Amino acid sequence: MRIFILLLAALFSLNATGKADQLINESELKSAFEVMEGRDFAAKEAALKTILNSGLENAQKIVAGVLEGDVMLVKKTNAVVFVEKKDRKYLATDVLTGEKVGEFSKRKLKKFSINNSLRSFIRDLLALQDLTNSDPEKRLLAVNTMLANPDASHQAILEPLLQTESDEAVKAAMQLSISLSKLSDDDPTVQLKAIGAVKESLEPAVRNKLKVLAETSSSVPVKKAAENALIKIDDRIELFGHLETLFFGISAGTVLVLAAIGLAITFGVMGVINMAHGELIMLGAYTTYLIQLVMPSMPGLSLALAIPGAFVVSGLVGIAIERGVIRFLYGRPLETLLATFGISLILQQLVRTLISPQNVPVANPEFMSGLLEINSVFSLTYNRLYIIAFCLLVFAVLFFVLKKTRLGLQVRAVSQNRAMARAMGVRSSRVDALTFGLGAGIAGVAGVALSQLTNVGPNLGQAYIVDSFMVVVFGGVGNLWGTLISGLGLGIANKFMEPWAGAVMAKILVLVFVILFIQKKPRGLFPQKGRAVEN
Amino acid sequence: MGLLRILQNDRGGQLFLAVLIALLVAVPMMHSLPESSPFYISTYTVTLLGKYLTYALLAVAVDLVWGYLGILSLGHAAFFALGGYAMGMYLMRQIGDRGVYGNAELPDFMVFLNWTELPWFWQGFDHFWFAALMIMIVPGLLAFVFGWFAFRSRVTGVYLSIITQALTYALMLAFFRNEMGFGGNNGLTDFKEILGFSLQDDATRVGLFVASGIALAIGYLSCRAIVKSRLGRVAVAIRDAEDRTRFIGYRVDRVKLAIFTFSAVLAGIAGALYVPQVGIINPSEFQPLNSIEVVVWVAMGGRATLYGAVLGALGVNYAKTYFTAAFPEFWLFALGALFVFVTLLLPRGVVGIFRKKQEGEL
Repeated sequence: MRIFILLLAALFSLNATGKADQLINESELKSAFEVMEGRDFAAKEAALKTILNSGLENAQKIVAGVLEGDVMLVKKTNAVVFVEKKDRKYLATDVLTGEKVGEFSKRKLKKFSINNSLRSFIRDLLALQDLTNSDPEKRLLAVNTMLANPDASHQAILEPLLQTESDEAVKAAMQLSISLSKLSDDDPTVQLKAIGAVKESLEPAVRNKLKVLAETSSSVPVKKAAENALIKIDDRIELFGHLETLFFGISAGTVLVLAAIGLAITFGVMGVINMAHGELIMLGAYTTYLIQLVMPSMPGLSLALAIPGAFVVSGLVGIAIERGVIRFLYGRPLETLLATFGISLILQQLVRTLISPQNVPVANPEFMSGLLEINSVFSLTYNRLYIIAFCLLVFAVLFFVLKKTRLGLQVRAVSQNRAMARAMGVRSSRVDALTFGLGAGIAGVAGVALSQLTNVGPNLGQAYIVDSFMVVVFGGVGNLWGTLISGLGLGIANKFMEPWAGAVMAKILVLVFVILFIQKKPRGLFPQKGRAVEN
Repeated sequence: MGLLRILQNDRGGQLFLAVLIALLVAVPMMHSLPESSPFYISTYTVTLLGKYLTYALLAVAVDLVWGYLGILSLGHAAFFALGGYAMGMYLMRQIGDRGVYGNAELPDFMVFLNWTELPWFWQGFDHFWFAALMIMIVPGLLAFVFGWFAFRSRVTGVYLSIITQALTYALMLAFFRNEMGFGGNNGLTDFKEILGFSLQDDATRVGLFVASGIALAIGYLSCRAIVKSRLGRVAVAIRDAEDRTRFIGYRVDRVKLAIFTFSAVLAGIAGALYVPQVGIINPSEFQPLNSIEVVVWVAMGGRATLYGAVLGALGVNYAKTYFTAAFPEFWLFALGALFVFVTLLLPRGVVGIFRKKQEGEL
């Protein structure tokens, strides 16, 4: 009987105006706290409701405190207090009066014991309170909490609220929650209707309930309907699983493209084997780190500054490499390979000596972290989304530079026929330096992006050099589109193989595939046509 | 008589072989001197020299394909490591029940992984003759299959270099996996004895040094024999004008395949002699840097001379031992600078300073 009254009280108290009438006298509150000290968990549930509906201003805080362990009992005086940890001592304030009771050591205090079912009960209880909050986001959160812990009572609670609810998202969640409760109805027709209403949902609670129905329901049509709905839901979950793999694959692919795209210029367009390409990426990542050191409080701005910064740093180093070493070795690709490899060793050791042999921390700005939640089984991380967008942007800019600007025209002219280009007045050695600088600068920009995804250390570049060459060769030398497509393709293939082959094995398989592919088509997916092929 | 013909017109080679034979006699003798003698050579030094000799053999193998065939292999350390692993497997089986777990049937790392029986590819490695066969067959077979595909489809130049690098990189990743059954990250180590001789014994160390020296001498002579033969002349023709050689009617892919495979076998033997002297083989031997380092030894010494490769391997490795002990920070600077310096200013290597161009040279 008492519980019934309490339930009524709970429902009634949801009405904000009713609160004043609900003031429970102090002795009842006291006995509720006494129950809380005991070990009878069913009685504790009732007691918590009493406290919550007592009309106390901080009732919600008290109940939440019981859940979090912030509300304790002073052993000596039996006073219920909020505690705040302060260097090994606990600062206690009385929950009712708000007066400071003093500092206690841990031994002098006692927690209210709770178990798992009580924990979820408290969460539900707090969610119920939030249902009438004026902030629609809070309400949505509350309904979602209820969705995750389904209970038959939810229907009765939510139905009246649904009438007055104005926010569409909250409404939909409420309807779903109500339907979920209806699944437990005794009447098969109600159940069938409810199944029809929830079959679009991907909430794990819905799936679990349907599974129970499909296995245990005594009504054949309900069982059938539940089974069908379950199959549909599982199909959609699988679809979203594939979508997620695809997303990871595209993300891995764009990282490959970013790492390889500078190489697509230096190797693909100029024909220079630059083994120091990975180290130019590394320099870009370290530029990000150094700029963040200068302005540690503004990770967003420093990241934005790092993009041009890394382009300039890596680009200048690239031009220095071209002027200092590579230009003496044109036409001798194997020697170029060795010399640039030597440069890569020097750059690595330079970073080790000047900065640190260890990895350095690079902060992610606020907007890069977090999830874009599409539904309860499919969400995208912002940092990967941004990297994908960034990669496409870099690609577009590069494409524009090569196809639409004067420099691009000269680059293409020199790479197709050096002698003819010179005869037409193109200063080919200057174009060589600028092209190499462009490729190196793009590598630096890629380093900025990679600093947001992986560890930044002296070996960062080495991890990407083999992959980058594979991407360029697979895509077809001298073809930017080829690089984009092959990078994305290899990334996606890698991620789709990972579930059954394992991460390392998938990587090996991709490498072996590319090696075999080059045997069949030595000029890659999209070979160059025309005169440029001849040398 | 054949030997004389091989070494005809090979002043450098004659000198090198004379020095090598002198070393093979002198080092064991100097090792047996009393420790107080100024000419005494410690076991540590003997082993170090033995290790250098195996590197030199690897360099000769690389010079054969790079110097005379024009194939810049950035994956020869893979063949070296495969030979090393074959030897390591034999040495692991010789441990018997003296491992930490005392299991006579399984190596320690397999017991650790809860394996119940020896995998099929470990069968037979109890016998030295089988291991010795595998030391040559496994790298040779890999080189043959790889070359079969690559040379037939006419993958040349830089492309070939990059896919050889990808090959060794893929092997490194594979050997890092515990499931492969080669000890994963830790590789194979803690060896006890070879052919019944304890690896801790000084005499065994000297024996391994001498064996490495003899292998190097035989390797050098056989490479030299190939270079002097008709096959070698065709190889040089391929290096200098591949298409023209093909048009004349030579089967370019077969010549390449034969020499590349032979070179891989030599590298495997070098690896097999290397492992008992250093006492460990692990997947880091596959890393691309190792292969490229070998190329730099050859470039430093002088490409297409064979003995230049030996000189480069010994010189660079001596420098490495010295630098990594005295100035560990600077070794990579020095090595990097060496790459740039040699390619820009010494395209014919150190020996190129002292000699005129000869037949078959760059």
